Amino acid sequence: MNNTGNLRQIALKARKRLLDMHYRAKAGHLGGNLSCLDALITLHHAVMQPDDRFVLSKGHAAGALYVTLWSQGKLRDEALDSFCLDNTTLPGHPSGPGIPGLMFSTGSLGHGPSLSAGLAMAARHKGDGRRIYCLCSDGEWQEGACWEALIFAAHQRLDNLTILIDQNGLQGFGTTLEVISCNDLAPRLAAFGATVKMADGHDHSSILEAVSAGEKDKPLIVILDTVKGRGLHYENRLESHYLPLSEDAYTEACAKINAELLS
Amino acid sequence: MRNAFASAVIERCADPDHFFLTGDLGFMALENVRAALGPRFVNAGVAEQNMIGVAAGLAREGFKVFAYSIAPFCYARPFEQIRNDICLGRLPVCLVGNGGGYAYGYMGPTHHALEDCAAMTALGVRVLAPAFDDDIPAMLASFEGPTYLRLGYDCRPQGAALDAYAPWRLVLPGQNGILAALGPLAGVAWRALGQLDPSVRPAVWAVTELPLPSIPDEVLSAIDEDLPVIVIEEHLAAGGLGMQLAHALALRGKSMRRFVHHHAIGYPRERFGSQAFHRSLSGLDEQAILALINDKVIG
Repeated sequence: MNNTGNLRQIALKARKRLLDMHYRAKAGHLGGNLSCLDALITLHHAVMQPDDRFVLSKGHAAGALYVTLWSQGKLRDEALDSFCLDNTTLPGHPSGPGIPGLMFSTGSLGHGPSLSAGLAMAARHKGDGRRIYCLCSDGEWQEGACWEALIFAAHQRLDNLTILIDQNGLQGFGTTLEVISCNDLAPRLAAFGATVKMADGHDHSSILEAVSAGEKDKPLIVILDTVKGRGLHYENRLESHYLPLSEDAYTEACAKINAELLS
Repeated sequence: MRNAFASAVIERCADPDHFFLTGDLGFMALENVRAALGPRFVNAGVAEQNMIGVAAGLAREGFKVFAYSIAPFCYARPFEQIRNDICLGRLPVCLVGNGGGYAYGYMGPTHHALEDCAAMTALGVRVLAPAFDDDIPAMLASFEGPTYLRLGYDCRPQGAALDAYAPWRLVLPGQNGILAALGPLAGVAWRALGQLDPSVRPAVWAVTELPLPSIPDEVLSAIDEDLPVIVIEEHLAAGGLGMQLAHALALRGKSMRRFVHHHAIGYPRERFGSQAFHRSLSGLDEQAILALINDKVIG
């Protein structure tokens, strides 16, 4: 088990690798990768057991998943260097057998909660004790299928299911507040029968505390308060959803991370 | 076919690696399945997208899963879940669509399934369209990857005997060409042509799987001899049996010079009715099939 100091170091290195990977590929979606990276590092290094399952419902955060797996030694540098290039095993939304532990191809929003509910039901039926973790975006909960899944998971009392929601407040073409008033998820989710906990999505201790607060017979949902594009020049701005990094922005961001690593 | 299906599922699900999900359908049909499967029978409620996602999750952990609903709610509503969650992973989920074609009759077009075979074969799903109740156990025994089972009504002549199941099966011999029928229409054609002399009628073949399995030699010989080839299907022309047969033959350098295709025509007059009503409009009932043979084959 890693302590939070270790987790911070791992996350910083992963963040730097993520920037490098996206910069080389001139790939976008950096904002939503950076908002969830700390949670992915926490989950994979300090929460999940070897047999637990993870479903990346917000498939556009594939880069964050790849560098997390890289930080565990499950993906090599050569693989990351091919990210979003021709003949890669690491496309912009995860698919295929080249990604260790990947259960499903994701990228169309709203699928992960149902898939995870199925995995949770299978685990319960087998009695193998494994837990299922699923990461969604906040805008993703505009998809009706998410609510279908939550109704099902609550009814089936799938208390081996944890759904994390990366609440960075920004989606493709506006804030979640202005697009469709998606700013008060917690009471809505609780009303559907889930245990809901809040956490600072960039604080490893806060995430650890929240994911351990599940209740018997209820799925657990952890809402992660996060910053889209955290640490970049377009932090918390819509541009971070789609735009790749310029050379200047990349150099500046790497310098900041290097300074943090030394501090 | 629901009762035959229920019996076959109970037998298949004696293997504990099977789950059965229903989208709140099965009243007076699936009660025995529910009793037999216990916790492996799950009513997922009126939420088909979730049901297919859950099915994919169970299948990913090694279970074989049946997911049951009225046909369009099974293949059309959760199309993307089928495409992404089941097909990309080649998972063993059998989508069971009750009421292929116009089988839900008066319930109206929202409950009909006229493009299901095309949609599913386009995704790489194996389509099983049983012609007769007896086909279902053999079909379920062969279920492995993504599968769509299209249930209808067994229309065979009363007391008629069947040969062992095969995806192309001769049900009524004839010497004047070929009539290939998708699923239950084989029984309709059998009834329509049974009284004709074998020397003047086409042989009736039940075709029950898509993509099209390899074409029997007898059928290829008839085509080579430029005998009539009639295809009937309760499915739109696009992507159905007729198109798949023509494509398969074209790839072999063959063509059907005397090809007649009767298929579902949708709702051209925006009038709705029973399955028999729609079959009649599409030229797919006994009377229309007999008239077709008299006109295009005998006459």
